[in-house]
Amino acid sequence: MKAILGIPMAFLKLFYQSIYLALGQIWANKARSILTTTGIVIGVASVTSVIAALTGLKANVLSNFESLGTNKIFISPHRPREGRFKSASWRLIRFRPEIFEGLKERCPSIDDHTLMAEGSEAVHYGVESIDSARVYGINPSWHRIENRSVVMGRPFTLMDEENGWQVCLITPKVRDELRMDRNCIGKRIVVGQRSFTIVGVVEQRVESSMFGGMGSSQEVFIPFPTAWKLWGPWTWMYAIASCRKPELSAEAQAELRFFLRQTRRLGPGDPDTFRLEVIEEYLKQFNTVAKTTTAIAGGVVGISLLVGGIGIMNIMLVSVSERTREIGLRKAVGARPAAILFQFLVESVVLCLFGGLIGAGCGQLLTELIAKIPGAALDKAYIPLWALGLSFGFAAATGVFFGMFPAIKAARLDPIEALRHE
Amino acid sequence: MSTTSNAPATPTPHSRIVIRLDNVTRVYKVGVERIHALDGVTLELRQNEYVAVMGPSGSGKSTLMNLLGCLDRCTSGVYELDGYDTTRLGAGGLAHIRNTRIGFVFQSFELMGRSSALKNVEMPLIYSRDGWWSRHKRARQMLERVGLADRVKHRPNQLSGGEKQRVAIARALVCNPSILLADEPTGNLDSKTSEDILRLFDQLHAEGQTIVLVTHEESVARHAKRVIRMMDGRIFTDLSSEEDQAQRAAMAEHFGEVLK
Repeated sequence: MKAILGIPMAFLKLFYQSIYLALGQIWANKARSILTTTGIVIGVASVTSVIAALTGLKANVLSNFESLGTNKIFISPHRPREGRFKSASWRLIRFRPEIFEGLKERCPSIDDHTLMAEGSEAVHYGVESIDSARVYGINPSWHRIENRSVVMGRPFTLMDEENGWQVCLITPKVRDELRMDRNCIGKRIVVGQRSFTIVGVVEQRVESSMFGGMGSSQEVFIPFPTAWKLWGPWTWMYAIASCRKPELSAEAQAELRFFLRQTRRLGPGDPDTFRLEVIEEYLKQFNTVAKTTTAIAGGVVGISLLVGGIGIMNIMLVSVSERTREIGLRKAVGARPAAILFQFLVESVVLCLFGGLIGAGCGQLLTELIAKIPGAALDKAYIPLWALGLSFGFAAATGVFFGMFPAIKAARLDPIEALRHE
Repeated sequence: MSTTSNAPATPTPHSRIVIRLDNVTRVYKVGVERIHALDGVTLELRQNEYVAVMGPSGSGKSTLMNLLGCLDRCTSGVYELDGYDTTRLGAGGLAHIRNTRIGFVFQSFELMGRSSALKNVEMPLIYSRDGWWSRHKRARQMLERVGLADRVKHRPNQLSGGEKQRVAIARALVCNPSILLADEPTGNLDSKTSEDILRLFDQLHAEGQTIVLVTHEESVARHAKRVIRMMDGRIFTDLSSEEDQAQRAAMAEHFGEVLK
């Protein structure tokens, strides 16, 4: 039993011994230790704060995308470039409402979906008019998917849809352009050639700070079945689906694709006759850019760690040569070469980890400063755990790598020569 | 003049043999030259002997000390310490032997300037197999034994030369070595302090410690019970202290006559 425990115990003791000696040595040379480790401090501080800044930037961009809806999937008809639909007529390619029947049951990752028909019409109210307002045919689920609720009046109901009633929702902008009262519920406006009753007001489109306003904000909404009936099968029809979680986006797309290929009766070799588009795609591109930036920044600050490491190696070499007599003495009283090696190695690793710790603290301070820069869009900057682990790992590796040569030099000293050293 | 290589001067046949050298040589290569620093040394040391090794510089006494202290390995021959053959041990094995069986005292003390007397004495225990946990207690006891109970917290630069050498002796003894090797222990001390240190050696010898002392001062060698004189890497004479004195006196007379 003692023999089995002997080796790990001896190793443990060597380790403990080395840490004891190394800490004593660092404490004895406080000023020099602090100066030596400055390189590592700067390296780790810059690594962590740069990563924190990039993380903050990413979080900011992500939240901007979030306001557009990262979990939205746009489904639109698309004529493939090859295959048997290459020259198919638009009549074959376009969507019909029937193909979306049963979507909810068949695609578990899809939270909800709305059919969309889109057109441009003139709108009249009394003498006032808007030449071309965007007119959308929507399902009631649209409010949830687009995250735009009804601020006055009511949304469309099942009755509106089933009876094809001529009711509409408008945006405050349209109301103001038509010079209507604030409470415009129940008023009738003319959209195209037909008269519609206003049942509610939909909140204005969110103007994204990053992507600007896309499309006009003069919008009129009518129930999808009404639009389909009015404009007939020649309208531009598409759909928007939302998945349950942003992470499920890929799964939801796969389900949708499978579902649509079935309802559109596509053969195994046929290319898709529809297109699925996700804002996620743009997010992915941004992520690639962010990753590249992180890597480049990491490489640049990695150089500062390298410089710090060379500083450590230099000071360790100085330490070995000025303590040659001490090493000789330690060997004379029975220190094994391994004990001397470990002592110096642990000393340099402890120096580096110490530097890493101070560096992480400085990095945290820097990060808090960065977060306070006005208008830099970095208020979400924080140091992710992996960055801390990475910089500590690098600091320790620097210690081992640059401490190895001086430590080997010390361990190989001949005790007689070392004791004779001046 | 014939070389007189006598049998051990203080034969105490009942005590254990601590050191046995059998035809040991040590050859240094300097360029293409081969220097025989030790040229066939055969020697036996028993427990509780007090030996002085003397000789002019270059006679091989330092090389002999390094060999006895396991700091160096012989080129040929056998060195047995406490019955173990040390000739085939590696660096780690020799370090272990030095730690457990040998205590060194140096001419220039070799204390660590930044550490207290206690820390200096503890140092060998850090590297010992079982001394780690009891090191404070053992170091303190050892400092008391050399008469420095009130200097435990002092640093070397706060101690006198004699006190420094006492700390060094305490450090050498803290692992209970089989032999105490002292290389010119009084070389850096004035004559009065030297006498104090030598009295401490006498006391340790009386307590049963085996001591080997390298010196070139006759007054120091007079404290030893056995004197080994070396010349050109060989043992020239190996006599008890009294015999050695007598022979020197005779030689002085003889040379005196010749010179007349």
